[in-house]
Amino acid sequence: MSLATEVGILDGKCPTGPIADRWPKYKQDMKLVNPANKRKYTVIVVGTGLAGGSAAASLGELGYNVLSFCVQDSPRRAHSIAAQGGINAAKNYQNDGDSVWRLFYDTIKGGDFRARESNVYRLASISTNIIDQCVAQGVPFAREYGGTLTNRSFGGAQVSRTFYCKGQTGQQLLLGAYQAMMRQVEAGRVKLHTWQEMSDLIVIDGVARGIITRNLRTGAFETYLADAVVLCTGGYSNVYYLSTNAKSCNVTAAWRCHRRGALFANPCYTQIHPTCIPVSGDHQSKLTLMSESLRNDGRVWVPLKKGDTRPPEQIPDDERDYYLERRYPSFGNLAPRDVSSRAAKERCDAGYGVGPNGLSVFLDFRDAIRRDGEPVVRDKYGNLFHMYERITDENPYKQPMRIYPALHYTMGGLWVDYNLQSNIPGLFVLGEANFSDHGANRLGASALMQGLADGYFVLPYTIGNHLASTKLPKVSADHPAAKEALIESRNRVESFLNMNGTRTVQDFHRSLGHIMWDHVGMGRTSASLQTAIGQIRELRDEFNGNVKVVGSAETLNQNLEYAGRVGDFMEFAELLAIDALHREESCGGHFREEYQTEEGEAKRDDENFCYVGAWEFKGTGVEPALWKEPLNFEEIPLATRSYK
Amino acid sequence: MIAPQNDGMKLTVKVWRQASVDVPGQLVSYELSGISPDMSFLEMLDILNERLILKGEEPVAFDHDCREGICGTCGIMINGQPHGPDNNTTTCQLHMRRFKSGDTLILEPWRANAFPVIKDLVVDRAAFDRIIAAGGYVSVNTGNAPDGNAIPVPKTTQEKAMDNAACIGCGACVASCKNASAMLFTSAKVSHLSYLPQGAAEKNERVLKMVARMDEEGFGNCTNTGECAAACPAGIPLASIAKLNREYIRALLASDQ
Ligand SMILES: Cc1cc2nc3c(=O)[nH]c(=O)nc-3n(C[C@H](O)[C@H](O)[C@H](O)COP(=O)(O)OP(=O)(O)OC[C@H]3O[C@@H](n4cnc5c(N)ncnc54)[C@H](O)[C@@H]3O)c2cc1C
Ligand code: SF4
Ligand code: FES
Repeated sequence: MSLATEVGILDGKCPTGPIADRWPKYKQDMKLVNPANKRKYTVIVVGTGLAGGSAAASLGELGYNVLSFCVQDSPRRAHSIAAQGGINAAKNYQNDGDSVWRLFYDTIKGGDFRARESNVYRLASISTNIIDQCVAQGVPFAREYGGTLTNRSFGGAQVSRTFYCKGQTGQQLLLGAYQAMMRQVEAGRVKLHTWQEMSDLIVIDGVARGIITRNLRTGAFETYLADAVVLCTGGYSNVYYLSTNAKSCNVTAAWRCHRRGALFANPCYTQIHPTCIPVSGDHQSKLTLMSESLRNDGRVWVPLKKGDTRPPEQIPDDERDYYLERRYPSFGNLAPRDVSSRAAKERCDAGYGVGPNGLSVFLDFRDAIRRDGEPVVRDKYGNLFHMYERITDENPYKQPMRIYPALHYTMGGLWVDYNLQSNIPGLFVLGEANFSDHGANRLGASALMQGLADGYFVLPYTIGNHLASTKLPKVSADHPAAKEALIESRNRVESFLNMNGTRTVQDFHRSLGHIMWDHVGMGRTSASLQTAIGQIRELRDEFNGNVKVVGSAETLNQNLEYAGRVGDFMEFAELLAIDALHREESCGGHFREEYQTEEGEAKRDDENFCYVGAWEFKGTGVEPALWKEPLNFEEIPLATRSYK
Repeated sequence: MIAPQNDGMKLTVKVWRQASVDVPGQLVSYELSGISPDMSFLEMLDILNERLILKGEEPVAFDHDCREGICGTCGIMINGQPHGPDNNTTTCQLHMRRFKSGDTLILEPWRANAFPVIKDLVVDRAAFDRIIAAGGYVSVNTGNAPDGNAIPVPKTTQEKAMDNAACIGCGACVASCKNASAMLFTSAKVSHLSYLPQGAAEKNERVLKMVARMDEEGFGNCTNTGECAAACPAGIPLASIAKLNREYIRALLASDQ
């Protein structure tokens, strides 16, 4: 297939001037909606994770009329709840040299120079407000004996700036946002619509004006209209079938917006997390993350000798290869995720892997236990160790954990400008669902930061500017665009139920996952990507004629929900592979084997690829069109990213 | 479709099947073979469902999402025990190695008036959200917060708050209780916020409103049988209920004055 040619240049609408002044000045210049008028505006917020929960709560507090949607039975169950390790903020409470500038620098470098400087600086500067806000809400962050907040270190940073609540940071931050939102529900400013799946976006005269949903309990399709739509629907890791994401995570809402004209940016930037519990068999339905925080104290190694099958505790130190410490002496076990994952793959591919199929490496706490004692280690990581033992039946206090990389996070997402607004006016995209701040690789503990920055501190300003400066004539559910979207959603469900094929949805999803992991995984080549595109098309054709979905459309039918999500993954997977094929360089999580240094590190091509690639939908199976947003590095000069 | 393992476990699984809230349900028995002891409990149900679908029968509806014990979505009564036989373990974290080949498993939904059955093993727990809405928060608007270190919080206090904040909202406490009381759930949130200085200002109002809402939702009274704490996967202790009672009495006295 031919490589895409660009159809146009995108403007990220970033302010100019001294970087530290950009956001404060931009805020001052924005148009405001007067308090009495706010309640006349209806805003749809799809998703109740950190991004959606914080946005709905803040908009409700401001006085907007908010409609909140999620697919779970309760907003508190969004996938953000599962985040373990922590949230970054440039508080410099440790007096170890942190600053807004350093967090900005680490994030730009961590993202391998593929993120916008203006956005990332804003994120770093807002990070400190987030911690204050969460503490005020009663989020029980870990503390020192003196009562002040404490920190831990995460990958890709040489300072300690990560705030945490045991191994349940996402849970506590999400409950903070959820509770703030429930306060607004009680006040009547936010209306909850749980168990509702967005199945389409309504675009009227080029502006996003509503959504179609399927009520998952009753099966009814419903039309909701509004003055703006805020999409906070999370990431698309589950296109790989096995990932650390919750089972309901999906690309449906974003993909349906894409089909209505929203550009999809950098879909090939996917993050593979180095420390996950390895696959145990074909029955595996998801993978479990072992938090990156474990690498503060755990040491990663494989035997020096190929095929060494001795129990790990019997392998003496001089016969162990602590390969991260060897290759990256200054960051060691805290090398960033993309680098650590590839290093694990390299060792396993070379035949040094451990475990039943040689597809794992050790994460060893022996030295930490000797140094600090078991109680200290238990205090820090008790729940993670417990989870590991429950899943594997092995005791990590006695023998090293076995870990292997797995799909974890997606940096790509719908394209948004500095206002977090997509190219469709009135459609805002927040959190993991957008592409905005992490470039080609996200640093640990930065997704929670971004989700909450977007929802608490950015959108409440930028949406006001949109509402105050756009003409929004009244629209009705009888508008042809709304009716057409409703009919399409309904037809899609019927076609699944009428298909009566021979393979289950899960079976198709598993096959798609194999294609993606084998050919669009940690190492990609032109040939593997072309193979993937061919196989995805074949599988999609088969899916569209041979999937078996039973039951009816008029009740809770989880199999039918799943069919819709996998159907969208089947279309989206091709775009991901096309983007990976077009990007003829290696950067961050996107590793093209053709483009690497002699030492096997990623080799960027700044001359030809220093841009955001945003794709326009042209039809299923039809080559999409490529828009480019050039990236400029004024504050931090482009440099080779090194963790040695 | 996953090929059954020849040497796998054989099980009889009796599942509560109920088409919707307004029709009666019943236990239906399925024979399952080729189950690996390394599978999680929900992976065993995935296999059952794939086999049912291929036979053209409706799969068993059951709730789940994170499959790592944190979202609180899953919840099945397994042989009369909420989340099954293991302590501090959600249904999704339970593994088949806990059972023997030849075992019979009886799977039922949470049963409580305040949790109507939607379908098969899925119930509606929105009553929990409404208890939180009644007052389970600190009333602070975005942008209003002082520096995070402005008020020191002793480590032991913060840890007590965290232990209570760990509730995952699964509803096992209600399902385990003969009165279907929601006291453990409510007390976990009341305790979390009342331990912290940030939650102090609304302490009294919060506990009164949350308890009133809990009663309105149709949960039963607490008679201190302690089944809830034994069933709780997040380790919320009975002591939290005692704390709620103390807070409640103090709040009542304060409101009298
Ligand atoms: C196991 C794990 C651990 C992690 N740990 C960390 C960590 O320690 N630090 C860190 O910074 N990041 C971490 N991350 C990443 C981080 O948790 C996520 O990126 C972040 O929580 C995403 O938040 P979100 O609000 O964008 O989306 P989500 O929390 O995924 O929420 C998505 C919401 O959208 C709704 N939704 C989806 N589709 C639809 C639809 N079609 N219709 C209606 N509603 C829909 C869902 O119901 C849900 O409410 C971790 C991720 C995983 C998987
Ligand atoms: S108190 Fe325990 S059992 Fe009850 S909802 Fe919370 S976590 Fe579940
Ligand atoms: S599925 Fe999330 S706790 Fe069991």
